[in-house]
Amino acid sequence: MIAYTLRRLLTVIAILAVMSVAIFSITQILPGDVAQMIVGQFATDEQVKAVRGRLRLDDPAHEQYLRWAGGLLRGDLGNSMMMDRPLGPMIGDAIARSAVLAGLSIVLVAVIGIWLGVYSGVRRGTRSDRFISVGSYFFISVPEFFWAILAVMLFTGYLGWLPSTGYASMDEGFWNWARHIILPVATLVSGLVAHVSRLTRSSMIETMQAQYITAARAKGLPENVVIRRHALRNALVPTITVLAIDVGLLMGGIVVVETVFSYPGLGRLLIFAIEQKDLPLIQAGILVVTAVYALSNLAADLLYAFFNPRIRYGRSAAR
Amino acid sequence: MAALQLADAPSRTRTRIPSSLAVGGAILVLVVLAALFGPMVAPFPYDQMDIMARMQPPNATHWLGTDEFGRDVLSRLLYGARLSLLMGIGATFVSIVFGVPLGLAAGYKGGRVDESIMRAIDLVISVPPILMGLLLLSLTTPNVWKTAAAVGIIYVPIMARLTRAVTLEIAREEFVLAARARGERLWYILAAEILPNAWPPIIVEAALRVTFAIMLGAALSFLGLGVQPPSSDWGLMIAEARPFIDTAPWVAIAPGIVLCITVIAVNLVGDGLREMLDPRLKRGRG
Repeated sequence: MIAYTLRRLLTVIAILAVMSVAIFSITQILPGDVAQMIVGQFATDEQVKAVRGRLRLDDPAHEQYLRWAGGLLRGDLGNSMMMDRPLGPMIGDAIARSAVLAGLSIVLVAVIGIWLGVYSGVRRGTRSDRFISVGSYFFISVPEFFWAILAVMLFTGYLGWLPSTGYASMDEGFWNWARHIILPVATLVSGLVAHVSRLTRSSMIETMQAQYITAARAKGLPENVVIRRHALRNALVPTITVLAIDVGLLMGGIVVVETVFSYPGLGRLLIFAIEQKDLPLIQAGILVVTAVYALSNLAADLLYAFFNPRIRYGRSAAR
Repeated sequence: MAALQLADAPSRTRTRIPSSLAVGGAILVLVVLAALFGPMVAPFPYDQMDIMARMQPPNATHWLGTDEFGRDVLSRLLYGARLSLLMGIGATFVSIVFGVPLGLAAGYKGGRVDESIMRAIDLVISVPPILMGLLLLSLTTPNVWKTAAAVGIIYVPIMARLTRAVTLEIAREEFVLAARARGERLWYILAAEILPNAWPPIIVEAALRVTFAIMLGAALSFLGLGVQPPSSDWGLMIAEARPFIDTAPWVAIAPGIVLCITVIAVNLVGDGLREMLDPRLKRGRG
């Protein structure tokens, strides 16, 4: 297990290293001169030259990369071009707010999704099972941004219960904070729950046909003990993988949801950076997201290996 | 053995058409018809503004109302069908054109080829899909083709991995070994022996990809980095209608519903195809 963990950790580091080169070179070929963009199109040649000198843009590309990557390793993400502020705290704050959104959502997705999946799995073919299946089909097919808009129409426009945009910190009162976060979280959860519940349902159905379930029933155990103590543990192994995939989808969804609800997280910051062509912010932002994504995948793989010993030994070498 | 395999294939596909395929297919035919003939039957040009008729609720002249520039929503939807389908099919096409050969090469050649292709793919999927799209599109001035291409690139890894897995299985079959023993060339083996037998799961996955591509494309356009105004892409229409949802909700709801119906239809077709082409195939989506 330790060897496996170390090997996976090395892969993550390698991916991040190569990604940093890729991100750096992609932003290098971005059209338009960076210095020109900073000073604006009416600046004189001297001003452009001064900025080029200050940012050392005339150095060879690999030196610029090494300087940037060196800064990253020391925890210095550079300065935002448009706002001329250090990126570290800016991205840190944004991540903290996005993490609240993501954390709440993934916990709710796991709890609700697994519950729905188990519920409909053990009631296979009944009316409530079919109702949940059709419902989840529907939820998978509706894009997040459309849910978001429908939710705003209903809860802000029609009922007037919740604010449509913005953010309040905990200091401004719990209810104030909650009011702003309910709609974004609900939107994020809506699509992903269907994912988890569908997978849990099919794996639950498969598990319930296993012989040890029959054996447990034959022992005379009550059905809910059979489900909780015997079936659930094994049925949930594939769910862990799908939850990891969902973390990736969630990060995409967060970009959309934060934009719709003007929630000041990392997603909105990135959209802002791309609209403003704020190169350092784009680079740092994408790299940070990649890192978070890689680490969450790592966590999922480790959990999976922990629950499923076959992976620990056999397959990891073949991958 | 190859002939036997081929003779076997049609009998498997001649099974009853699943109802999901029929229903989804019927809806999809409507969407395709709208994409083909929409501009001809649309009551107005998609970009014709009428300042006197801004944000009108649905009425006899404008069946689905008008938007904030007085443009006819129904007409814009009909024009938009073409963009959405282009996006879905174009992106899937790109992912197949690049992904399938890569998967074939990785699965059949193995060794260092396999290793380098798979590592490159790991890299592409190390960025969440929407962000990859944003990153790619931020490099250019986006339009519908570039958006489709960007979405296609995001899905190349999925196609490549699937093709590789299928190829690995088929490459061990006797008819492939026979072809190698006959001394057939590499291209012949890949194109004539392996590919025809690898298609069913690839087609099923492609149908799924069309849905995801339509949704991802719409999301990118919604974020302002896909199809640009004044085009009437459905995602873009929703984004443009957002400031007016209190006064003119139909402008946002109409494209949203059409988008959902299209996605559901393609999903149904995908499920139906899966059921028909390969009853054993039971995969999670993602």
